[in-house]
Amino acid sequence: MNDYTQKQPLQFNWLLKMAWRDSRKNRSRLFLFISSIIVGIAALVAIYSFGDNLKRDIDNQAATLIGADLSVSDNRPFSKETLHLIDSLKGLDARYSEENSFASMILFKKNQGTRLVQIRALSGDFPYYGELETTPAGAATEFRKGKSALVDKTLMLQFNAQPGDSIQVGNLTFQIAGILNKAPGQTGFASTVAPAVFIPLQYVSATGLLQKGSRINYTVYYKFPKDVDVNAMVKKLDPKFEKQELNYDTIQTRKENTGKSFSDLTDFLALVGFIALLLGCIGVASSVHIYMREKLTTVAVLRCMGVSSRQAFLIYLIQILGIGFIGSVTGALLGTIIQQILPVVLKDFLPVEISSAISWLAVGQGILLGMLISVLFALLPLLSVRKISPLNTLRLLGEEKGGWKDWARWLVFLLIALFVIGFATLQLDGWIQTLAFAAGLFIAFAVLYAIAMLLVWMVRRFFPTSWSYLWRQGLSNLYRPNNQTAILLVSIGLGTAFISLLFFVQSMLIGRVTMAAGKNQPNMILFDIQSSQKAAIASLTRSEGLPVIQEVPVITMRLQSINDQTAADIKKDKKTTLSVKPFGREFRVTFRDTLGDTEKLSAGKWMGSVAGPRDTARISVEQKYAESNHWHVGDRLMFNVQGLMVPTVIGSLRTVEWNRVQTNFLVIFPKGVLEDAPQFHVLVTRVQDNRQSAAFQQKIVQQFPNVSVIDLALILNVLDEILDKIGFVIRFMAAFSILTGLVVLIASVMISKYQRMQESVLLRTLGASRKQVFAITALEYVFLGALSALTGILLALAGGWALARFSFDTPFRPALSVIGFIFLSITALTVLIGLLNSRGVLNRPPLEVLRKEV
Amino acid sequence: MASILKVSNLSKTYQSAGRSLTVLDDINFDIEEGSTAAIVGPSGSGKTTLLGLCAGLDRASAGEVALNSIVLNTLSEDQRATVRNRYVGFIFQNFQLLPTLTALENVMVPLELHGEKNVKQRSLELLDKVGLADRGHHYPTQLSGGEQQRISLARAFSNSPRILFADEPTGNLDAETGAKVEKLLFELNRDAGTTLVLVTHDLELAAKTQRVIRLKGGKIISDEAASKSIHTQL
Repeated sequence: MNDYTQKQPLQFNWLLKMAWRDSRKNRSRLFLFISSIIVGIAALVAIYSFGDNLKRDIDNQAATLIGADLSVSDNRPFSKETLHLIDSLKGLDARYSEENSFASMILFKKNQGTRLVQIRALSGDFPYYGELETTPAGAATEFRKGKSALVDKTLMLQFNAQPGDSIQVGNLTFQIAGILNKAPGQTGFASTVAPAVFIPLQYVSATGLLQKGSRINYTVYYKFPKDVDVNAMVKKLDPKFEKQELNYDTIQTRKENTGKSFSDLTDFLALVGFIALLLGCIGVASSVHIYMREKLTTVAVLRCMGVSSRQAFLIYLIQILGIGFIGSVTGALLGTIIQQILPVVLKDFLPVEISSAISWLAVGQGILLGMLISVLFALLPLLSVRKISPLNTLRLLGEEKGGWKDWARWLVFLLIALFVIGFATLQLDGWIQTLAFAAGLFIAFAVLYAIAMLLVWMVRRFFPTSWSYLWRQGLSNLYRPNNQTAILLVSIGLGTAFISLLFFVQSMLIGRVTMAAGKNQPNMILFDIQSSQKAAIASLTRSEGLPVIQEVPVITMRLQSINDQTAADIKKDKKTTLSVKPFGREFRVTFRDTLGDTEKLSAGKWMGSVAGPRDTARISVEQKYAESNHWHVGDRLMFNVQGLMVPTVIGSLRTVEWNRVQTNFLVIFPKGVLEDAPQFHVLVTRVQDNRQSAAFQQKIVQQFPNVSVIDLALILNVLDEILDKIGFVIRFMAAFSILTGLVVLIASVMISKYQRMQESVLLRTLGASRKQVFAITALEYVFLGALSALTGILLALAGGWALARFSFDTPFRPALSVIGFIFLSITALTVLIGLLNSRGVLNRPPLEVLRKEV
Repeated sequence: MASILKVSNLSKTYQSAGRSLTVLDDINFDIEEGSTAAIVGPSGSGKTTLLGLCAGLDRASAGEVALNSIVLNTLSEDQRATVRNRYVGFIFQNFQLLPTLTALENVMVPLELHGEKNVKQRSLELLDKVGLADRGHHYPTQLSGGEQQRISLARAFSNSPRILFADEPTGNLDAETGAKVEKLLFELNRDAGTTLVLVTHDLELAAKTQRVIRLKGGKIISDEAASKSIHTQL
C-alpha cells in the first residue's frame, strides 16, 4: 500500500516557520484584529486586580471597618436581660464604648441652616481600630471632653461652617470641635444619604431627643484583651443574642459580609467587562473572516504544493494564537494601568483604602482568557481554511458553501456557549442566574443584530435613488462585500444603549420624585412629633401659612405570633410556608376609620372601628406584603405593643400607591384599639419654595428640636447625587463597550483599506476629485455612526419603556434633547475616527498609495 | 516507455442554476513518462478543468485519473495533496507566488514540506539556474512578471517532480519575456527529465511539445504529434 494514504506528519516546526513567514507582512493587520479584545481584557484584568486588592485590603483592614472586636446593638433600649449580657462581656477586662445613634435635625447657628443628619452619641474611646479622621487632627479626642461635636465634611461645606461654630442638636448647643473626614466603616456614599454628627453620649439625654417612639439604635463596642478568642466566644453567645433579638458584628463577620458585598460588586463589573470582551471577540471573528478571504489564493497555492488541510488550518491558528497572546499581554498591561483608576471611580462605595499592587493572578487570568476567547471566536472563520480547494489557483471559486453542515462549526458554537456559561458561573451564584445571563446576553445580541440588519435592509429596500451620486455611494458602502456594518452596529449600538438607558432611568427616577413635588402635592414631612406637641406644631404650621395636609399617629410594635405560632415555632416547623422575617422588624402602624385616596381594598372587608372594647381588632394589611409572607384574610396576628399583647385578625388586604409624598403603612388598625398606646405623630404639609422651607424648618428646630423634617428638595438632591455616583460607574463601564466598538471600527477601516484604495483610485481615475472621494467616505461613516446610534437608542427606548411600564409604573417620556445629544455625539465620534483612519487613502496620490500598500 | 498519467473515460459535470453542465465528456489519453504534451483548445473547451483533474486538484464526476499508477479519484483531498507534493509541480499563468514569502522561501516551501535537508542550498542552486540568485530576498511584489515566473519555475522543479503541469505559463508575459521563460522551461524540463503537460492558447508554444491534445466542447477532437497537429491547424 502506498504511504500517501497515511496521514502526513504535521511537521510542527515547519508550521511555526510558515506561520511566522506568512504573518511577516500582515503583523500590523493581525494586531488590529486582536486590538478589539484588548479593551475587554484590560477591563477584566483591571476588575480582577481591583477585586484581588479589595479582598486583601478588606482582610487587612477589617478591624477598622467595625472599629472594635465586637459590636452589639438593638433598636430598643436594652432590656434587663440584655444589660446583664452586655455587662458580663464588659467583665472580661474589655474596654468598651456605647453609642446611641438616630436621625435628627441640626441647626447651624451662624447661618440658621438646618439639615436632617445621623447623630452618633458616643462614650469611651471608640474606635479601637482605625481612627476618626478629623481636621484639626486632635478634634477626635477633644470633642469627647465637653459640649462639642464632630461634623461631617459634606455638611461643613454645605453650610459653610468652620470649627468653632455652633450647632443646635435638640435642646443643646454644641461647639464644632472639628471636621469629620472619615469614620471607621463609613463610605462617601453613606455620608451623602445621612451625614454623621458625633457628640459625647453624656449629653444625649439633655438634648431631649431620646423620646418614646423615636427610632434609636443602641450599640456597645468592645475591645477585648488579646487572649480572648472573640469568634469562639460569639459562637457560644449566639443563642443568647438571638433570643434577645440583638444584632452583633465581629471583625470576622464584618470581613465576610463586606467581602461578600464587594465580591458581588466585582462580579457584576466583571460581567460588564466580559460583555465588552465578547463584543471584541465578535470583532475578531469578523476581521479574521475578511483576512481569511484574502488568504484564499495563498492557501490554494499551498494546497497545490501538498500542504494538507490540517496543516493549512494550523498555520493560521498558530498566527491567531501568537497574536492573541500579544493582544492579551497588551490588554493585561493596559488593565493594570486602568486598575489604578478604578479605586478613584468607586471610592464613594468603598469602606477601605484600596492598594493598587499588580495582581499577577489577575494578569495570568486575563492573558489566558484573552488567548482562549480569541482562538474560540477566530476558529469560526478559520475553519473555512480546511475547505479551500487548490483549484482556486486555476480559477477563483471562493469559499465552499454549506458551512452550516460542518460539524466542526457547530462544535465551535457549542464551545463558545459553554465558555460563556462557564464564565458566568464563576461570577454568579446559581444556575438560574447563569442561564438567565447567558440567555439575556444572547437575546440582547440577537435583538441588536436583528435591528441592525433591519436597518440595513431598509436602506437597501428604500434606497433613495433620486439622491446625488456621492450620497448614494456613501450609503451603499454599508452593504458592500466584506462590510463590517453588522458588527459595528452591534458593538457601538450596545455601548450607546447602555449610556442611553442610564440617562432614561436617571431622568425617570428624578422625574418621579419631581412629579411627586408637583403643584399642590405635599412636599414636606415632619415626624417624631410627641402627642403633647401635636396641636402646637399644627398651629405653627398654619400660622406660617402652610396647610396641614395630613396628621397621622404612629405606633411602633413587634409581631409576637401568627396563628399562635411564634418565630421559634415557625423556625422549627419545616412544612410551614410562613416566614420568620416579619418577626424581626419593627412595625410602624396607624389607626383610622377610612381608607386614604392612595389605597384600594383588594380582599376582605374594611372595618374602620372595633364594635366594642373586647372585640378583636380587624386590621388591614398591604396586599404585596401579605402575599410575600403568605398571610391571608382571617389569619390571627398577635402584636407586642411596647410590652402589651394586642390580638388582631387580618380583616382586609389593600393595595397602596407608595410613590406619593405622604404617610403610608403596611398595617392599619381600626379606631378604638391603639388610642392610648405610646405614639408619635407625623404631619404632612406643602411649602412653596426653598426660602419658606428653610424659615419653617428653622422655627421647628428651634421650638421643637426633637422633631425631624424631611424636605422633598433634600431627597431630590440626595437622589441626584446618588444617581450621579452610580451613573458615573455605569458610564465608566459602558465606555469599555463603546471603546471596543470604536476599536472594531478602526480595525475594520484599516482592514478594508486596500479595498477602499482600489475603489478610491478607480473613482479618481474616472475623474472624481479628492473632495468627492472624501465626501463619499465621510458620508459612509455618517450613515454608519447614525445607524449605530439609532440601533442603540432604539434598544434603550424599548428597555426604558419596559422599565417605566413594569418596574417604575410611570409614564415613559424620554427627553428628546438627551436622545439628540447621544445620537449626534456617537455619530460625530464615528465619523471622526473613520476619517482619521482613512486619511492615508484620501490624502496621498493614488499611484503612490497603491505602490506602497500592495 | 511507462505511462505517468492515464486518463480513462473522464467526465466532469457541474450543477449550475439547477441545470447540469458537462464540461468534459469521456476523455481518454495516456502520457508517457519524460514526454511533453500540450492541451489546446478555444476558451471554454475544458482545458483548465482537465488540467485540474489530471493534477488531482479536483475530483472527476465519472472515469478516472491515474497519476504514477495512483488512482486519484479514490483518494481524499489530503491524500491527493501528498501525491502532489511527491510527484507534481505546477506553473500558473499568474505565477501564484506566495506574496508574504521571499523568492527564496517560495522555492524552499515544497522541499521543506517534503522534509528534506539542505533545503536552502538546493533552492539557491535552483534560483541560480533561473538566473535570479541575487533576488532571493526580494518579495514577489518587488519582482517583474518575468522574474516572478522564473521563480515559479524554480519552485516547480524544486521537489524534483515526476510530472509538471503548466497553465498558460507565458500568458501574462510580453513576447520577449515569454520566449525567455519558455526556453528556460524546456531546458529545465529536459535536464530534469520531467514529464511536461501544458495548457495553452499559444500554438507556437504547443508546437514545441511532442504531442498536442486538442479539445473542443469538452471532447478531444484530435490527439497527435505536435508537428502534425500544427500542420493540420495551419
